[in-house]
Amino acid sequence: MTTSTASLVTPRRPWVNRRDVFKELIPTLVISGALAAVIVNFTGLAGPLGSYVAFVFAYLSVSFLFGMRHDKVKAIDKVMTTLVCAGFFTAFIPWVSILFTVFKRGASAIYWGYFSSDMSVTSGDDELNMGGLSHAIVGSGIILLIASLIAIPFGIITAVYITEIKGRLSGLVRVMVQSMSGVPSIVAGLFVFTVMVTGKGFSAISGAVALSILMLPTVARTAEEVLKLIPEDLRTSAYALGATQTATTFRIVLPAARAGLVTASMLGVARVGGETAPLIMTSFYLANFSTDFSGHPLASLPMYIYQNFTNGTDLALSRAWGGAAVLLSLIFIIFTIARLASGRAKG
Amino acid sequence: MSISLQGTIGRGEFQRTLNFTIADGEVLAITGPNGSGKSTVIHTIAGLIPLRSGHVESDGAMWDAPDSKEWVSPENRTCAVVFQDLRLFPHMSVLSNVAYGLRTHGVNKDEAHSRSTSVLARVGLSSFEKRRPSELSGGERQRVALARALVVEPRVLLLDEPLSAVDVASRAALRELLPEVLGSFAGATILVTHDLGDVEAMAAANLGLN
Amino acid sequence: MQTTAPERRQITSVSRPSDKAFQGVVTTGALSAFVVLALIAGFLFLRSTEVFRIFGFDFITTSKWDSGSVDDGRAPQFGVAAMLLGSVIVATMAMIFALPFVMGTSLFLEYYISRRIRFVLVSILDLMAAIPSIIYGLWGYLVLMPYASHWAASINKYLGWIPIFAVDRANFDASPFVASLVLCLMILPIASSVTREVYSRAPQDQITAAYALGASRWGAIRAVVLPFGLSGLVGGMLLGLGRALGETIAVLLTLNLVFAVKFQVLASAGGNVASLIASKFGEAGPLELKALMAAGLVLFMLTLLVNFGAALVVSRAARSTK
Repeated sequence: MTTSTASLVTPRRPWVNRRDVFKELIPTLVISGALAAVIVNFTGLAGPLGSYVAFVFAYLSVSFLFGMRHDKVKAIDKVMTTLVCAGFFTAFIPWVSILFTVFKRGASAIYWGYFSSDMSVTSGDDELNMGGLSHAIVGSGIILLIASLIAIPFGIITAVYITEIKGRLSGLVRVMVQSMSGVPSIVAGLFVFTVMVTGKGFSAISGAVALSILMLPTVARTAEEVLKLIPEDLRTSAYALGATQTATTFRIVLPAARAGLVTASMLGVARVGGETAPLIMTSFYLANFSTDFSGHPLASLPMYIYQNFTNGTDLALSRAWGGAAVLLSLIFIIFTIARLASGRAKG
Repeated sequence: MSISLQGTIGRGEFQRTLNFTIADGEVLAITGPNGSGKSTVIHTIAGLIPLRSGHVESDGAMWDAPDSKEWVSPENRTCAVVFQDLRLFPHMSVLSNVAYGLRTHGVNKDEAHSRSTSVLARVGLSSFEKRRPSELSGGERQRVALARALVVEPRVLLLDEPLSAVDVASRAALRELLPEVLGSFAGATILVTHDLGDVEAMAAANLGLN
Repeated sequence: MQTTAPERRQITSVSRPSDKAFQGVVTTGALSAFVVLALIAGFLFLRSTEVFRIFGFDFITTSKWDSGSVDDGRAPQFGVAAMLLGSVIVATMAMIFALPFVMGTSLFLEYYISRRIRFVLVSILDLMAAIPSIIYGLWGYLVLMPYASHWAASINKYLGWIPIFAVDRANFDASPFVASLVLCLMILPIASSVTREVYSRAPQDQITAAYALGASRWGAIRAVVLPFGLSGLVGGMLLGLGRALGETIAVLLTLNLVFAVKFQVLASAGGNVASLIASKFGEAGPLELKALMAAGLVLFMLTLLVNFGAALVVSRAARSTK
């Protein structure tokens, strides 16, 4: 027997009392800052990172003391709040650093010809106004295209099996998809290496096959969620009108889920677009611009980065950062579009 | 000490205006059909829901007065709630559950545990300290929730449908226990119920919400 | 008057041929995942049997990786112990580093900020999950390493008397410590997302009850959220562990591969099975290739186990609503 609790306005996080919080915030910050400066002076902590650590430590102590003005419980609450917030912000520092470094150092490698030249006549440690990554972009595009041609249909079919046919093996299929998502990327690469590469050499197709193994689970899982959102009424009314399962699925359900399926595909591409390990063993690298997807290796963005990294000279490393900037931008764009599309699909 | 609520609670179509005062030792029953806002009254007095207008006042001190922006948060109010769904902490023992209100107010462990043990005896659960809520019957759990509220020695005890989460068999036993406990309770009690039989059993004044 | 119940009607549905064809095609396609998985496992298994026959259990217990040499008369010797141990050490350290941050991030996002800010921050967090591992590796080697070596040197200076923090040589670059820091960063988003989801489902009514009893925010979290979310946290960390065990390129770039069992996490030596495979496949002869496949099989089984464990724990957390 429930009361009309739904109509009760129960605060979800009931502790916020902003006036109190701000009253103590400013003095705490100021005193912590001063204390942090003292700490930095007397210990080995230095630089922005050291100052940050000193500040966190100082803030913890100061807020504890402020809290003790009330009682111990309040003081512990303040300390834990500081720790939780500090934990969060500290976790973000490296990511900010990554984004910053990638785009700052990568910018130096990018010039007007970067996207239209390849590395066929330039070597890694030539000046940065030579060469480019056109071969890598095109290569990645081809490999991802082939991988998508394999993984997307199979992924959607798998999802269709689970949601439309609801066969007895649905549970097993789901477990298999889950297990597949746990396959280490190197193992997928190794498998394709031994089946398709040994004896025949590197090729874009083998790279694509390796990537499709990693891509399928993502596509299948997202597609399943999307198809589950399609209301059952749509299907039942189609069946009631005498439509076959084929017609219902292809003419009604899939089109209704179109946006979501596109999202699923894009998420799959974003997931494998940056994979390097499988490509090391399958499609490897080619310095020339090429669209040949079988018979010889093909460049890709991750491998471009890797090759320049192993080169090791400063100029080559700048190129690696340049490739990283391009790769990261592309992945972020695809990911964001996919997320926006799914947001709209879900209403 | 007295506690009075005068004002408008709830939102939109659930809004209602109330005005009552109770004094120490008195028991006020709030009755009415489901959805009439009985629980809202309890939550408002406890400070879990703010008033729209009016005031909640206890012995001259304003607990909630939106017009003059006065507010006392729940942990500083001298009242205790027994929720309809009890809300015992499943990962803590009975003793820890009962002692919780004391511990959050800074009472040290030993004292909190000894006070909890004596309150548990008062509600008839003397040997239940180490058990977990999941091992108890509905009636036993109700008593733990009651003990948890009594141990902090509130001036106002708020009971939300105290007999509804209990199986029929235990209900009779509780109906006898409650008046006994309330009899020895020094403060005011507000009791929400839809059962007029409870009202009679507690010899309470009745505020009917329709 | 007695009436006999009417006989049960047999409800049969006869599938139309087109439906049958549809179901056949879809079922076959769906089983492709199963087929591929079985192929990979089976293939690796078949090719590894020869290796296990030759080396037996030594394959897992010895550390020497030598493809042998006909000229020097050295027989090939393959043992993944060092690499296996390395995988476990690096992944475990990553988990240990990640734990406080996973808890902190999840609690912060669920209980310390408003819904609108949470939406923005969670979106950013998900974006961070999409950063490719090669960029983590690049950053880890070129940006983090100098700092991490410095920290490792400090740890060694003050805590070097603990065996695990001792080093043979004062070189702190490319150590398991650095690699685990990078891995920690990589598993943070996925572990946090699982943990956060469980924390958000903590029973609101119990939180209110704690609040009514005078608990502070942390008090209510400790009493209600943390016990409730424990299995979700464990599941999330296990998922991260699975990811960390199989990570190749980030470790390849930040860890110096040395084929010896070492428990010195600050020293410039270590390895993991994935980087072993990546670095050795190029010049591997047929036997060494089979050894690499055996190593891949071991790694595959390990990550499968961990991922299954994680899925089990997470599903149990999903089922518990009390």
